[in-house]
Amino acid sequence: MEILILFLPLIASIISGFFGKYIGDRNSEYLTSGLVSISALLSIFVFYQVIFNQYEENIVIATWINSGSLDVNWSMLIDPLSAVMLVVVTLVSSLVHIYSIGYMSHDPHKPRFMAYLSLFTFAMLMLVTSDNFIQLFFGWEGVGLCSYFLIGFWFKKESANAAAIKAFVVNRVGDFGFALGIFLIFYLFGTVNYSEVFQQIPTITDKNLLFLGLEVKAIDLICLLLFIGAMGKSAQILLHTWLPDAMEGPTPVSALIHAATMVTAGVFLVVRCSPIYEYSPLILNLITIIGMTTAFFAATVALVQTDIKKIIAYSTCSQLGYMFFAAGVGAYNVAMFHLFTHAFFKALLFLGSGSVIHAFKDEQDINNMGGVWKKLPYTYTLMIIGTLALTGFPFLSGFYSKDAIIEFAYLKGNTTGYYAAGIGIFTAFLTSIYSWRLIFKTFHGEYNNKEVEIEKTHESPLVMLVPLIILSIGAIFAGFLFKDLFVGHGRSIHFWAESIKFLVPLSTEHPPTWFLLLTPCLVLLSIPIAYYLFVKNKELPSQIANMNKPLYNFLINKWYFDELYDVIFIKSSKKLGLFFWKFCDGKLIDGFGPDGISSFIKKCSIKASKFQSGFIYQYAFVMLLGFSALLTFLIIK
Amino acid sequence: MNFPILSSLILLPIVGALFLFFTKNKNGNNLTAKYVSLFTSIANFLISIYLWFSFDQTISNFQFIEDRTWIDGFINYKLGVDGISILFVVLTAFITPLCIISVNNSVKTRLRDFLIAILIMESFMIGVFCALDLVVFYLFFEAGLIPMFLIIGIWGGPKRVYSAFKFFLYTLLGSVLMLVAIISIYWISGTTDVIKLYELGIDTKYQNLLWLAFFSSFAVKTPMWPVHTWLPDAHVEAPTAGSVLLAAILLKMAGYGFIRFSLGLFPVASEVFTPLIYTLSVIAIIVTSLIALIQEDMKKLIAYSSVAHMGFVTLGIFTIQQQGIEGSIIQMISHGLVSAALFLCVGVVYDRMHSRLISSYGGIVTIIPKYSILFMLFTLAALGLPGTSGFVGEFLILLGTFKDNFLVAVIASLGVIFGAAYMLWLYKRVVFGKLINTDLKKMVDLNKSEYFILICLAVPTLFFGFYPDPLINTIEVSVNDLIDMYNLNLINK
Repeated sequence: MEILILFLPLIASIISGFFGKYIGDRNSEYLTSGLVSISALLSIFVFYQVIFNQYEENIVIATWINSGSLDVNWSMLIDPLSAVMLVVVTLVSSLVHIYSIGYMSHDPHKPRFMAYLSLFTFAMLMLVTSDNFIQLFFGWEGVGLCSYFLIGFWFKKESANAAAIKAFVVNRVGDFGFALGIFLIFYLFGTVNYSEVFQQIPTITDKNLLFLGLEVKAIDLICLLLFIGAMGKSAQILLHTWLPDAMEGPTPVSALIHAATMVTAGVFLVVRCSPIYEYSPLILNLITIIGMTTAFFAATVALVQTDIKKIIAYSTCSQLGYMFFAAGVGAYNVAMFHLFTHAFFKALLFLGSGSVIHAFKDEQDINNMGGVWKKLPYTYTLMIIGTLALTGFPFLSGFYSKDAIIEFAYLKGNTTGYYAAGIGIFTAFLTSIYSWRLIFKTFHGEYNNKEVEIEKTHESPLVMLVPLIILSIGAIFAGFLFKDLFVGHGRSIHFWAESIKFLVPLSTEHPPTWFLLLTPCLVLLSIPIAYYLFVKNKELPSQIANMNKPLYNFLINKWYFDELYDVIFIKSSKKLGLFFWKFCDGKLIDGFGPDGISSFIKKCSIKASKFQSGFIYQYAFVMLLGFSALLTFLIIK
Repeated sequence: MNFPILSSLILLPIVGALFLFFTKNKNGNNLTAKYVSLFTSIANFLISIYLWFSFDQTISNFQFIEDRTWIDGFINYKLGVDGISILFVVLTAFITPLCIISVNNSVKTRLRDFLIAILIMESFMIGVFCALDLVVFYLFFEAGLIPMFLIIGIWGGPKRVYSAFKFFLYTLLGSVLMLVAIISIYWISGTTDVIKLYELGIDTKYQNLLWLAFFSSFAVKTPMWPVHTWLPDAHVEAPTAGSVLLAAILLKMAGYGFIRFSLGLFPVASEVFTPLIYTLSVIAIIVTSLIALIQEDMKKLIAYSSVAHMGFVTLGIFTIQQQGIEGSIIQMISHGLVSAALFLCVGVVYDRMHSRLISSYGGIVTIIPKYSILFMLFTLAALGLPGTSGFVGEFLILLGTFKDNFLVAVIASLGVIFGAAYMLWLYKRVVFGKLINTDLKKMVDLNKSEYFILICLAVPTLFFGFYPDPLINTIEVSVNDLIDMYNLNLINK
């Protein structure tokens, strides 16, 4: 049955991709959605088994690479961690499949699109159910590839192609670290299987390595390298630049890949490797810092963006930062909890924004929207639910998971912990502001679109609304229902069992009451503030922007990362390439090598041929010279 | 002695070529020429498959040995295969028929002669991989140049003469030194029989010089940086089938030579010069990747990427790790399939539009979708995506390298990033984007023979990506034995 979960999406993808022409658009849509939905139902069943019967299984499907002591299998590991991921991936994926039937109804390449979505689901499942690092890497690159295909799905758009390549290449930078991490693991342990590696970890905690001239702790190095991979996939600061650009892809893709599943793979990796990370406080601190910086950075950028999808993309980036800093303070289960709830409300927000974009006939700028909340009542309500859940409005899912993160950061009790908690609270406030800005500018105020008349905007069809409704149920209840299971004091340890390792049990204390109330209060407060700024007194934001021009420019240009990278990496590689090609290969190697030698020989032979002038007296003179030289030599000798 | 299967592999193409030689070279006769050569090469491929199946994977000894005296007391015509060489024999026999099918469109004149050149080339290449006597090896190794030289020089593009001579000069220069080394080995050890030399070993004091002499020949053929500049020119001028043979098989001779002779005969020297190989390989990977990034000509780009890929191969070989060497062999097989396919892909659009410039394409995905899908597959295999054979090779090489030297592994891994950049960018500029050049609308999708060839290459690329066991099992014991022998020699000296 587990095998079916894995291969149904692959079968769907193959049939739709290669035979889509023959079975027709409609059938390939039904087929892919149907098979992935079955896979989702099976996953839920497995999840149920795992919760109530402590079901665990490690299935070997086939051998893969088997070289010397390296022994890698295609396999499937079912444990609490992968069961959670199975549910998230297949559930969101099946809803996105169904939604796409409506969203892509005008697209001429439907079977191809559906095939990519299913293929992505397969790769993601390979990633989460792997029992070794190399299959994980397979899934890791596989989801990257599908992401590349889907971002560049509208292949005629120059920007979409550029974004697709950027996503792949930036991810490759992360993968570079990840691959090195795998090499190091194999070097140290002679195996790449999780269970065998994790078993041996305690034996190498004191081992030092000489790496590139630096003496480092082996375990820190492993953690760092794996984390670089996680940073790439989860769009953490420095390697985040691809995620906002990835919004060039169709919106269902953004919901599935760039919100709910693929980008959380990095968090999953860190949690999966908790038995390693627990021994490396240094890198855990680094993860906390990177996580909270990303959360803060992305939230500030989201404040000023005007593209509805980019705002949500930065929001995703920021929420991923939260997950990382939860993992960084050692609360892996809380990170997973936020991953779980985030999948629902962020997919909801993306699909909701897709519905809005659909209504406005492919308009994405929130400055060209507004005033349509009565026209789009369902979409409006659903977006509000998503926003409330995202901002952590009391008793919705985001409230439980985000507050738990901030609490655990506080309870960590060290400087980074307090600092992270502080930034976490402030970022929660920013999150709330930019989220409500999006809602108010999109649905309230005057109608600002010049191209589509307000009467022409329309609510989305049922096939798009039903997935949204299901997601909104998750966004409302997922936190409340699963709180105990994921992060409850007694239950959660029992649930996660061996899949997450805590060297020191998580603190069971409670932070002071004022601290617990701080975030919800700020969140509540932010709604009237946002309403005042973006509906009542619309001049104020632009006045503030004009007063702080440098800061505003800094934010609107996303902290200038793209410009910086363009100069440092892209332009300089091209220049280097040109230099090596024209100068090294052309002038030096060819110049002194084949071309140089052949022209030198040519010159010599031209000179030599001049001796053969044909004049007897010249020959006689040379002969005489030679004869006398020989004679002189003999006499002297 | 059993049936001389290796000799028949070598002789069959020559028989076919002779037969062609006596047919009339008329235009009407081209079909006959094609069928004869195709039949010969397919028969040869079937024999090679039979060879692979009857090959015993559990022992590391040379098998199917043939030993005949040629010049008494000096040269024996000695052939044999072990786990390392057999895959190359199969690869050669596999690629040749595909090449012959592909000449349909690219070669317009003197088709018969072209086919003769290809068949003779096949025979010599198989000879290289089977030879167990240094002199025999040398003869095949050098003779292989001649058909290639002719293919570039006669059927090549406008700058064909320059390219052909550059190719010939470079490769010949290295080879002369190898010949000298082979003669000295005979003086030193009294034999040129490889198996005997493995047993005897070569005196340590001569090893360094001999190693360098062999190296000079292999480095040019690999090609390693900085003696790689002939390859882009040769590829650009060569007709498609020539490029395919060059990339898929000719480049593999040197990699094979490194494993068989440099490691096998001169372990002490190999140990001494490993840093040199590492340095040159790493430079090749990084520098040529950067160069590939800015190429305007599709063939040149793929040629430069070949240099980078071969950089991985040389790197893996000299790690003297099980994973490294096995990775190198798999990478060579994989590169044989993938680069062949990529050159064919370039050939397909070149035949239609007569341009290799990337900028003259763009937006052809909807016009020729089948082509686009297959081209994408090979692009991904070239950048080493897991699930393609390219990944298995590259990953094992880096794994092996990491065991031996952190720094080298880290820098080489950077090449993987560049690989993704230049391949995807190439693909994007050729296939995606807006259709600007309206002439492209007239392009027709793959015809049956092109489709067949590319599918033939795609299947093993994917199959060995997901299930490389057949390859690894074949080479495992031999590689293991080679490493044991290598380490034993190091301890003894």
